[in-house]
Amino acid sequence: MTPFVNIYRVTLTYRGSPGSAGVLALQDNSLQVERGEFAAVVGPSGCGKSTLMKLVTGLVRPDAGRISVDGKEVTGPVKIVGMAFQNPNMLPWRTVLDNVMLPLEIVQPHRSRLRKEKKAYREKAEALLATVGLGGFGDRYPWQLSGGMQQRVSLCRALIHEPELLMLDEPFGALDAFTREELWCVLRDLWHKLGFTVILVTHDLREATFLADSVHVMSARPGRIVESRKIDLPRPRDIAVTYEPAFTGIVHELRGKIAEVRQQA
Amino acid sequence: MNGFRNRLIRTADATAPLLFTIALFLIWEVVCQVFKVDPFILPAPSRIIEAMVRYWQPLLRHSFVTLWTTMVGFGLAVVFGVALGLLVGWSRTIYRSLYPVMIGFNTIPKVAVVPILVIWFGIGEVPAIITAFLISFFPVVVNVATGLATMEPELEDVLRALGARKIDIMLKVGIPRTLPYLYGSLKVAITLAFVGTVVSETIAANAGLGYLMVQAGSNFQMSLVFAGLIALAIEGIAMYAVFAVIERKSTRWAFRSSMSAGA
Repeated sequence: MTPFVNIYRVTLTYRGSPGSAGVLALQDNSLQVERGEFAAVVGPSGCGKSTLMKLVTGLVRPDAGRISVDGKEVTGPVKIVGMAFQNPNMLPWRTVLDNVMLPLEIVQPHRSRLRKEKKAYREKAEALLATVGLGGFGDRYPWQLSGGMQQRVSLCRALIHEPELLMLDEPFGALDAFTREELWCVLRDLWHKLGFTVILVTHDLREATFLADSVHVMSARPGRIVESRKIDLPRPRDIAVTYEPAFTGIVHELRGKIAEVRQQA
Repeated sequence: MNGFRNRLIRTADATAPLLFTIALFLIWEVVCQVFKVDPFILPAPSRIIEAMVRYWQPLLRHSFVTLWTTMVGFGLAVVFGVALGLLVGWSRTIYRSLYPVMIGFNTIPKVAVVPILVIWFGIGEVPAIITAFLISFFPVVVNVATGLATMEPELEDVLRALGARKIDIMLKVGIPRTLPYLYGSLKVAITLAFVGTVVSETIAANAGLGYLMVQAGSNFQMSLVFAGLIALAIEGIAMYAVFAVIERKSTRWAFRSSMSAGA
């Protein structure tokens, strides 16, 4: 049986202006993620982590190799994914609730149902906001919220159409340390509750270790997964786990691997 | 005590523009009186007001001509400017192919075009409308195109990954986020449109404030020339204010910096 997300020996070159060689972003890269698994990809900056996101969501096609999600080869946009980035990318002219509901206006079958069942969808969005601690904030505008709150809204927007796969590109990178740990727990609880599959791209090793079932270390350009490691810390994990020796041990080990990869670059 | 001071500051804040304008005219008046400036060189405000009262009928009539030709030219500029801006912002290829022509076009002094327009359309309102259109068209196009071009690529990725078509992205994100740019450009465009109209009127027209000022000038009625200038300034400020208010009302979210977070 093939894994839920299967990236198999993928190579991708970004072509620059005609005549220049282009940048080899990924080379012979493979990554497998099981259904319901929380996977984290870590690596030095510029290693093509974000490229990996674009490949899995079908925004970019690989030059060589194969990518499949849920058994189907990715040839175009994959509608069963939700995405969130470091920048919350809110639309300032829409209320929080309308921001969350944006994907429903795009994705079928919600798109055609939205007008008729507006009320039910609004309730659903409000319920989702409540689970991330933003109950009653639906009528505010994004610019009235703090950075951490906006990022929660961004997570809700990524999840409103009930995607099976959540792609996160350094979603907590711009937050302060306390807010970040708070949001780790928000994401952890959402994942426990809804049971989607996650691919989290990050450069924060503690974040990866705390949240993920498996951590994949990527080398610098051209990007390749050079090591995959299972994190078998018991779940549910409390934030206190991050101060235990077992946890710090894993983080240290990953750090060592990254340092090694950076030396080679 | 503090409350009183705050109120005083706020009142001063609100009345300052008016006070400054009045002060400017007072200084002008005093300078003219004290240095006995030849009214043919620079008429004192009192003389200008006198001329405005005496010639209020022709002033009003010509002001109206200038106003409507400007508004028609400006209206055309908005319609075509938005259309072309959307087109240019839509695709990089269109943007790249049109840009040099637009820059070149914008560089041409519009005064130089008026004689051509006169040959084509004769003397009258049409050259004025077209000049107003030509001069105010460019800022609208550039701003609409900029609004579309500066769309956050990540947001576009989110929507594209959901299967959004280009038209969806435009309607949901591109066009709404372009509105502040558009309204900003309207304030610039309307003042430029007045410039265009008056330039054309001074060269080839038989009505309008530009025409009135040229006529008054050749009759050595300097106070009437200045009265025409004041009328123009009033029209310009009024239209600018109209579009500033529309901007503020329709894109409130873009002025968020003035509202405190969590309010």
